[in-house]
Amino acid sequence: MEKKVMLGNAAIARGAYEAGVKVSAAYPGTPSTEISENLVNYPEIYCEWSPNEKVACEVAIGASMSGVRAMCSMKHVGLNVASDPLYTASYIGVNGGFVLVVADDPGLYSSQNEQDTRMIGRASMVPVIEPSDSEEAKEFLKYSFELSEKYDTPVIMRTTTRLGHSQGVVTLKDREDIPDKPYEKNIQKNVMMPGMAKKRHLYVEERLKKMAEDGHDFPINRIEWGDKKVGFITSGIAYQYVKEVCPEASVLKLGMVHPLPKSLVAEFAKEIETLYIFEELEPVIEEQVRAMGIKCIGKEIFTVQGEYSANMLRKALNKETDIADAAKVPARPPILCPGCPHRSVYTALKKLKLHAAGDIGCYTLGAVAPLNVVETAVCMGSSISTLHGMEKAKGKEYVRDWVAVIGDSTFLHTGVNSLMNMVYNKATGTVLILDNSTTGMTGHQDHAATGKTLMGESTYAIDIPALCRAMGIEHVVCVSSFDQEELVRVLKEETAREEVSVVICQAPCALLKGQVFPYKCRPLPEKCMKCGACLRPGCPAITKNSDGTVYINQTMCNGCNLCAQMCKFGAIERVLAGK
Amino acid sequence: MHDVTKNIMIVGVGGQGTLLTSRILGAIMTRAGYDVKLSEVHGMAQRGGSVVTFVRYGDRVYEPIVEEGQADVLIAFERLEALRYAHFLKKDGVLIVNDQRIDPMPVVTGAEQYPEGILEDLAKTHTVYSVDAGDEALKMGNPKVFNIIVLGLAAKHMDFSKDEWLSVIEETVPPKTVEINKQAFLKGYGL
Repeated sequence: MEKKVMLGNAAIARGAYEAGVKVSAAYPGTPSTEISENLVNYPEIYCEWSPNEKVACEVAIGASMSGVRAMCSMKHVGLNVASDPLYTASYIGVNGGFVLVVADDPGLYSSQNEQDTRMIGRASMVPVIEPSDSEEAKEFLKYSFELSEKYDTPVIMRTTTRLGHSQGVVTLKDREDIPDKPYEKNIQKNVMMPGMAKKRHLYVEERLKKMAEDGHDFPINRIEWGDKKVGFITSGIAYQYVKEVCPEASVLKLGMVHPLPKSLVAEFAKEIETLYIFEELEPVIEEQVRAMGIKCIGKEIFTVQGEYSANMLRKALNKETDIADAAKVPARPPILCPGCPHRSVYTALKKLKLHAAGDIGCYTLGAVAPLNVVETAVCMGSSISTLHGMEKAKGKEYVRDWVAVIGDSTFLHTGVNSLMNMVYNKATGTVLILDNSTTGMTGHQDHAATGKTLMGESTYAIDIPALCRAMGIEHVVCVSSFDQEELVRVLKEETAREEVSVVICQAPCALLKGQVFPYKCRPLPEKCMKCGACLRPGCPAITKNSDGTVYINQTMCNGCNLCAQMCKFGAIERVLAGK
Repeated sequence: MHDVTKNIMIVGVGGQGTLLTSRILGAIMTRAGYDVKLSEVHGMAQRGGSVVTFVRYGDRVYEPIVEEGQADVLIAFERLEALRYAHFLKKDGVLIVNDQRIDPMPVVTGAEQYPEGILEDLAKTHTVYSVDAGDEALKMGNPKVFNIIVLGLAAKHMDFSKDEWLSVIEETVPPKTVEINKQAFLKGYGL
């Protein structure tokens, strides 16, 4: 059989292919995005970007009800958006197998919180499966579909950043031939009115009990006997660190972390002198083990915050480590790219001393130096509604020097309903839609307004200005993100207005494929007054020379002309590249 | 075969192309029959932040990351990043540095200074090989292949032959860029 090194997320896509999945829906979110991006390699699977995770989850529920294997994938916070359908899908169960792949982000590499999806699995009474490398990611996904159909339940396969973004060797197998099941009308199961749901709730409780018992013999739960003085109960990527640091210890490796296969846990624990529970994030396994009356060591020595590692385990166990001190060097936080349209918009906001209620995307970076204009960021779509809340709390005058900023993809995700609310409840604020024609931060995925589907087909592009006007907003203004003068003029006008207004700032993301940058910006040192105005927007392509003039890195510069517009002395010119 | 796992790190600034380099490394190791694990950074840090890729190969690899004091080879695409991660090297580890400076935002805004004499200081405690790959790539007519020049320099300190590298590069990079990437590799390899 062919072996291939695969990213965890690519292995999950391969697993979907091999499991005979027919439908997949998702909204991009680090660290889950590459699952869908790899699914397009398998034409047997219909896959789409949905506008948000709730929609994606419901698409998969519908496909499962109709009788095919279906999945949806999302990052951990995406599951919050999808949790409404999830909790009731748990009651409904499945026809064709239904798996949600949910990617947690311990260590917050690219997220706004560090929540643990296993807790949502427990709360929604949905089993949670956890692989520990690429090969397992593929095989456990297939097993999840088997469990889903056998126990009539949705299944969550939980991954983490380190798993999804690590590559490992994977054995490729053939696609299983899973025949479509017939759809049968069954309102007792598929319509959750109180009378039906009461009965299904009892089924769900029974189902979990049965799975916990049967879990004793699931091949994805296994004991690796070694020295019985020390034993670990662990799962996911944390298992790898245990094997690295304590190869001699006994290990209970759980592939199903919810429901906990308690008889297997008891069997293991009774042989072990000192039992450690080693799990990233919350003490989900540990608390249940303790509730069984088993003595163990867990979060008193292993942190709940951040990503685990072998060195972290060594230190917690007081094993010797020979680690030199890190050099003290300036930090290198992420920044907006050269030629990023957000930088230009934020420069105009800063000039007008406007405060921005922010949202989730690259443009959240407007919160930090040197731009410092974004003052809030909660979750997808929150900018518009938090601005609205401020106005209702403090009055119209208060929001005259505030705006909401939201990206095009985020606006279509959950911003639309917030804007509707502003109109309905007579707000007067100004919303800036930073339209860069893509879902930027996650690596340029299409969305409902780009005119392309995930599978590469041309489609109708939602007209964002028309959508806003259709809500009854009279003042919807489109402006080029790079035109400082026009931006300043429009922003002054719209923020002064005592009614809802929308400013759509348009310019494609600098990293979007297929773009041509015909220009470069060049300093003219003889005209330079060394005032530093061009440096203020914080473009990484511009640095200060020791004599106070500036240097523009010609490889990095995309010729956006923002620096030239900052200069009052004409000391930066924009020229055709190569001239 | 290595009974002990070998550890390689690639560090740089988001957007410098560390992922292509790690793909080539992964491919050559799998072809040689090793168990391989690589770990990458996607998402926000890719926007000009400090990025690190871990590559481990051997008979059986468990954890996908390389930790402090464990790297056999550290490939740095930028000087400051070499300094930031130097403590990940083993005492006898080799440090390969692209002699380029990219100012991080705290330096751009004047809040902090870019350290002087990084390579000289690192050479006091480590085996350091450096190249101004950006300059070399520009001379070759394609500034983007600088990362393959650096890889060529690093390749001399790994267990694969020149021909194995060239054949993997041929399979990994886009067809149109095979020739220039091979040349870039040989440039670094010959330094």
